[in-house]
Amino acid sequence: MAVQEPAAEVAESGRASLLYDPKIRALISQVALILLVIWLGYSMITNTISNLERQQIASGFGFLGTTSGFSIAPSLGTYIVDYAEESSYGAAFYVGLVNTLLVAFIGIILATIWGFILGVARLSNNWVIAKLSTVYIETLRNVPLLLQIFFWYFAVLRSLPNPRDSVEFGANIVLNTRGLFMPRPLPEDGMGWVGIMVLIGIVAAFLVRRWAHKRQEATGEQFPVFWTSIGLILGLPLVVFLILGLPLQWQIPELTGFNFQGGMVVIPEFMSLLLALVLYTATFIAEIVRAGILAVSHGQTEAAHALGVRSGPTLRLVVIPQALRVIIPPLTSQYLNLTKNSSLAVAIAYPDLVSVFAGTVLNQTGQAVEILLITLAVYLAISIVTSIFMNWYNARMALVER
Amino acid sequence: MDCLTGQLNSGMKHVQSVTKEGSVMKKIILPVILGMASLGVSAGASSAATLDDVKAKGFVQCGVSQGLPGFSNTNDAGDWTGIDVDVCRAVAAAVFGDASAVKYTPLSAKERFTALQSGEVDVLSRNTTWTMSRDTSLGLNFAGVNYYDGQGFMVRNSLGVTSALQLDGASVCTNTGTTTELNVADYFRGNNMNYEVVAFEKADEVVQAYDSGRCDVYTTDASGLYAQRLKLTNPGEHSVLPEIISKEPLGPVVRHGDDQWFDIVKWSLNAMINAEEMGVTSANVDEMRNGSNPGVKRLLGTEGAFGEAIGLSNDWAYNIIKSVGNYGEIFDANVGPDTPLGISRGVNDLWSNGGLQYAPPVR
Repeated sequence: MAVQEPAAEVAESGRASLLYDPKIRALISQVALILLVIWLGYSMITNTISNLERQQIASGFGFLGTTSGFSIAPSLGTYIVDYAEESSYGAAFYVGLVNTLLVAFIGIILATIWGFILGVARLSNNWVIAKLSTVYIETLRNVPLLLQIFFWYFAVLRSLPNPRDSVEFGANIVLNTRGLFMPRPLPEDGMGWVGIMVLIGIVAAFLVRRWAHKRQEATGEQFPVFWTSIGLILGLPLVVFLILGLPLQWQIPELTGFNFQGGMVVIPEFMSLLLALVLYTATFIAEIVRAGILAVSHGQTEAAHALGVRSGPTLRLVVIPQALRVIIPPLTSQYLNLTKNSSLAVAIAYPDLVSVFAGTVLNQTGQAVEILLITLAVYLAISIVTSIFMNWYNARMALVER
Repeated sequence: MDCLTGQLNSGMKHVQSVTKEGSVMKKIILPVILGMASLGVSAGASSAATLDDVKAKGFVQCGVSQGLPGFSNTNDAGDWTGIDVDVCRAVAAAVFGDASAVKYTPLSAKERFTALQSGEVDVLSRNTTWTMSRDTSLGLNFAGVNYYDGQGFMVRNSLGVTSALQLDGASVCTNTGTTTELNVADYFRGNNMNYEVVAFEKADEVVQAYDSGRCDVYTTDASGLYAQRLKLTNPGEHSVLPEIISKEPLGPVVRHGDDQWFDIVKWSLNAMINAEEMGVTSANVDEMRNGSNPGVKRLLGTEGAFGEAIGLSNDWAYNIIKSVGNYGEIFDANVGPDTPLGISRGVNDLWSNGGLQYAPPVR
């Protein structure tokens, strides 16, 4: 009987109960889902905190200020941060961060260049070049990256001579199984000005480029932008450098006892990681570039040729700009992959963020939760910054429809 | 924790009712909730009453190394052996009367503490150095020392180095996340020497890098040096320098906050040391059990109720000695002079023979 009553009401008002309204139902389920997610997150956090407290595991971020007491292999990070055993865990974090950024940055640049060369080569009309490129891409793309890192580290770079039989390249640069040793620049007073001039040179070169572009649009006259830029970026600081009386000393590596001491060293761990990352990622970039170029209709090339544009400028001015629109989005993923893959450094003792911070520091302090959170946040930040930059570049390159 | 799981269950029902028709939603939400619920359960397992959990699942989950001959390593048949492994077997013998009721989790130096803290293993017996910071700030308890070690250096004979003080400027290979890494920094800094450290996560990679000439020196606990030397291409071409630069008391570790389990692991080790001191071996334990020595009778459970006090049967120590052996037996079988490691008892001899191994009495 009680069931009958609402039915009668429905008949009167002509509307179903709110519960049967699809919109309301959707709203209820979505609100419930959000509440559930919030509650799960909250209970995870409180659960972790109470468990840490109950088991008397130290927590908080105070450890970042305490003395680390361990040493880190020489690398750009240790040079920049000036890291020693007396430094704090925080300093160790910076060393790892710099080393990760270094290998990611150089890796991205080299992989892009090598990938573009490979991708274009695979489309070459020259049979040998095209097949060589195909074989290279299909081989390296299909072997796990970790194996490639091990290959370069344990198989290739291990066969370098020991320090006493080093290969010498002249100019105090030597290569042996402990790394590539070279003189270390020690800046003196006034070196800051040279750095400022480099920045001024870059800005000036940029302005010149804009001006030359506008002039060409207006008058059709070309301007040697490339050589002018080189002159501005390199020449300007060089002049200042000479005027200030060479404010730079070189610390030269010398063979004393076991090893070369002093100077700057590129450790074999860095070399093998960089080699593996670049050679591996470049194969994917090559395929992306090839796809991008093939996506540009052949009619575009034919049209350019019909106008008398030579092959080089056709590729540079007609095909690539259009291909970039297809290339950039997947290229961004490859950049992110390379950055994240650099954490495989831990396998060959390159002191990157995961090895130093989420490895050694985590173990010496035991504060897994804090350290992993920081490490996750750092990788997230690096990836998001890369992503934002590439999205901006993509927007710039996108087809402007009029 | 039970209450949390309960809430989760009711939460799950709620969601099911809300999304009765939304099968896609159910597919996404359910695994998430189940994952969360199992997370809650495993966190629950890590709290109190490890003994009950161990009894319920029927075996002891033991964290060991990824392969350190003499301490924890797999033999030709694929079984784990070593002095650290025998501590786990002793605990299993004490709890179940069956030394084989152990499952092993190989852990890197870096993973080991997290694995124990999170409840993935019940006891960590992985050549782990007892230090103050580990004992106090990691939520762990060290249940004793089954091997007194110290850090040493191994070099190639061809370098002509006879003392660690001649190592100025050397490249040093070591394991990351160990006390070794800190000791070597202290030693070189204290003696005003330069060095370059190359720290790997896995011991095998350290050995490989040292063997191929990446480093001049390999440093770890002296016992580890002897063990890893066996893995080198030409073990005879390398020697361990005389300097021992640190104290490395290695022993089993349990989670903080479960005193009963802590006692069980601690007394399993003590039982083996006491047995050696009293001359009880796996061969004569049945005979000694019915002998007249009251100390032996208390240890083996024919007098008193010491096993019940730690939640076990009174023949707990009898089971350990019978199936695993006394401390001297496990030392000789795994690392002693007749093994490839060939380590003499030294400081690991009984206190009554001038060593450091000393266990409180069963009384």
